[in-house]
Amino acid sequence: MKTNRRLLSIPYGIFLALFVVFPLIVIIYYAFTDQTGAPSLQNLFHFFTSSNHVGTLVYSLSIAITTTLVCLILGYPLAYILARSKRPGVQIILLLIVMPMWINFTLRITALKEILTLVEGNLSFHPYLNTVIGMTYDFLPFMILPMYNSLAKLDESLIEAAHDLGAGAFGTFIKVILPLSVPGIISGIVMVFLPSMTNYVVLDMLYNKTYIMGSLIGAYFNAYDWHNGSMISLILLALIVLITIFSNRYGEEDEKGGAVLNAKNN
Amino acid sequence: MANIIELKNITKTFEDGYAAVEEFNLTVEKGEFVTFLGPSGCGKTTTLRMIAGFENPTSGEILLNGEDIQKLPPEKRPINTVFQRYALFPHLNIYDNIAFGLKIKKMSKDVIDRKVKRVLDLVDLEGFENRKVSTLSGGQQQRIAIARALVNEPEILLLDEPLGALDLQMRKEMQLELKNMHDQLGITFIYVTHDQEEALTMSDKIVVMSHGKIHQIGTPEDIYNEPKDAFVADFIGESNIFGGVMTGDKKVRFCGAEFDCVDDVEHGTMIDAVVRPEDVMITSPDQGQIKGVVDSVIFKGVHYEIVVVSGKNEIIVQTTKKAEVGDVVGLCIEPEGIHIMIAEDVVNRIETSVNSELELKFLEGYLDFDITEVIPGSTVEDGVLRNTHGDVIDAEKLRFIVSIKPGDIEMSDNEEDGVVMGHITSLVYKGDHYSYLVQTDTGEEIMVDDEDLWNMDDYVSLIIPREKVSYGLKKA
Repeated sequence: MKTNRRLLSIPYGIFLALFVVFPLIVIIYYAFTDQTGAPSLQNLFHFFTSSNHVGTLVYSLSIAITTTLVCLILGYPLAYILARSKRPGVQIILLLIVMPMWINFTLRITALKEILTLVEGNLSFHPYLNTVIGMTYDFLPFMILPMYNSLAKLDESLIEAAHDLGAGAFGTFIKVILPLSVPGIISGIVMVFLPSMTNYVVLDMLYNKTYIMGSLIGAYFNAYDWHNGSMISLILLALIVLITIFSNRYGEEDEKGGAVLNAKNN
Repeated sequence: MANIIELKNITKTFEDGYAAVEEFNLTVEKGEFVTFLGPSGCGKTTTLRMIAGFENPTSGEILLNGEDIQKLPPEKRPINTVFQRYALFPHLNIYDNIAFGLKIKKMSKDVIDRKVKRVLDLVDLEGFENRKVSTLSGGQQQRIAIARALVNEPEILLLDEPLGALDLQMRKEMQLELKNMHDQLGITFIYVTHDQEEALTMSDKIVVMSHGKIHQIGTPEDIYNEPKDAFVADFIGESNIFGGVMTGDKKVRFCGAEFDCVDDVEHGTMIDAVVRPEDVMITSPDQGQIKGVVDSVIFKGVHYEIVVVSGKNEIIVQTTKKAEVGDVVGLCIEPEGIHIMIAEDVVNRIETSVNSELELKFLEGYLDFDITEVIPGSTVEDGVLRNTHGDVIDAEKLRFIVSIKPGDIEMSDNEEDGVVMGHITSLVYKGDHYSYLVQTDTGEEIMVDDEDLWNMDDYVSLIIPREKVSYGLKKA
């Protein structure tokens, strides 16, 4: 029985080895070798000594932080209202939030481009603003759903207990509701922050010529410079690992990747 | 003593039309330990939540120290609650949980420290300040929940089935501790439970409820010894309830024998006699007032629970003396052991009307009947009803009462058999039969007497023989 069950994991094991583990080894190899194939840290130094590259990192971080903040400010009140509302329409609104995720990404951004052109006339006047709008448009559902999940799970009796102990509406929110929704906020942040550091397609389509981390990697790979491209990928990976460790400390196990799927199933 | 809280004519109807509490009247004195007791869904928790301020009554008044508090939100009421599942804040440690209310009142750190320490002493959890909620056992969490409420020095402490999640041993211990705390602090306690033993052990005053209505308010002794109706008698402790009749001055006949009793009820009145199992004595067959055969014997630790069958009646007896199944025994009941309740209205009366064909609506169907029998001197011509003077009567506006005795109705599993389906919402054993309340799909409550045992919530079909139904015009 046990061996049988283990057999079931073989297809995924092969997939994992071929498309995750093997490429990762290749990336690590290229990142720590120079053009001649000799072991070297020059790619790492190159990234941190190049003002262009550090500037790209800062610009990416700036885009990602702004997008995350905007998503948080737009998303939290909505998640809160949806989670605490007892009206039957809630499921439909949730569906409306999830639905754009089922529509092709390119199609969505193209549509957004048309709308923004209509409003602004020429897109190249506000590249930063357009990028943040595009990213927000794209990633907002990923922010709302985990926050909605953790707010909806909140035990009603805790809120009643806070009132019972003398807290008004504001005090109850600050002292009970907000702290207890932190896991949802963290997974929302993780799910928005990382993609918005790398998703250069949004910038391309909205005529933002500035590089972000994703575009930088793409540029190196297009120029057949595997070594620097790999190193930048690894730096990004390190950043992801750091953020995940940080969020693990706060987030609960079920608040993470599963959150979005759970919300969809609701 | 002064009244601390008064509930006047409180009715709570939820948005879906469910009446959780109806016409609830209660006065609680300062320092009392009052318990709301009843089966789940009887409205006890809803009543408690209205006192706390989490629900608003649909109508009626709640007075705290003589002042109407309906406009006050929960946070402004000098009332604290111990919740059913404790509701401790998982993100705060024990100290911060207990200090929650004090910090909102902006008390100084010193005062808060002192109060938290004192209340932790009170619940016997000294030194738990820095522990996390999740590291505490259920019993410990319960104590913290009590401490968190008490530290605010409320005028009234509300407890919503606080011991429900604890094991038996822990419950017994906490019952005594709560009772001690109540005696020590002098705070008014309002306690909700469905456990009759808990209510009897702890309370000064018990409010017995079912279906949103109060059945009886009284001391534990009153409630136990002098239950007002069959529901209370059945719900509080084990009891034998027998249908009977008063046969003379303080003499009552039930189970095929005449007994002396202490209640003075008019000769000829139909009654229910309540006899507690511990008040029945087993004697030799010829010494007993009634004779019976032992049907079952169960050892219960302190006593045996013996079921004796006498004629059609089953009598439960609690005694320390053992008997063998099949023994013929005599049973004696002292006059003090018999509590007489005047029998409830034993006829189902259903208000209804006729349709345009002058057929009488009854539950899901129609009864053919002669309307001229019901309205003296009336005639029917071409489907039109006229009175003695020949004037047309609008028959569809008249109201009629259909009556059927509980004993004339039979129950069946088979939907085809009866005239209407319904759920059993209450059952009380009355010695030789069960008295059921059936909530029909048409919304009526119908009493049914049946010798067979059905279960709560059973979905049954009611067989109502046409010839047993009587009807009349409703008197305006």
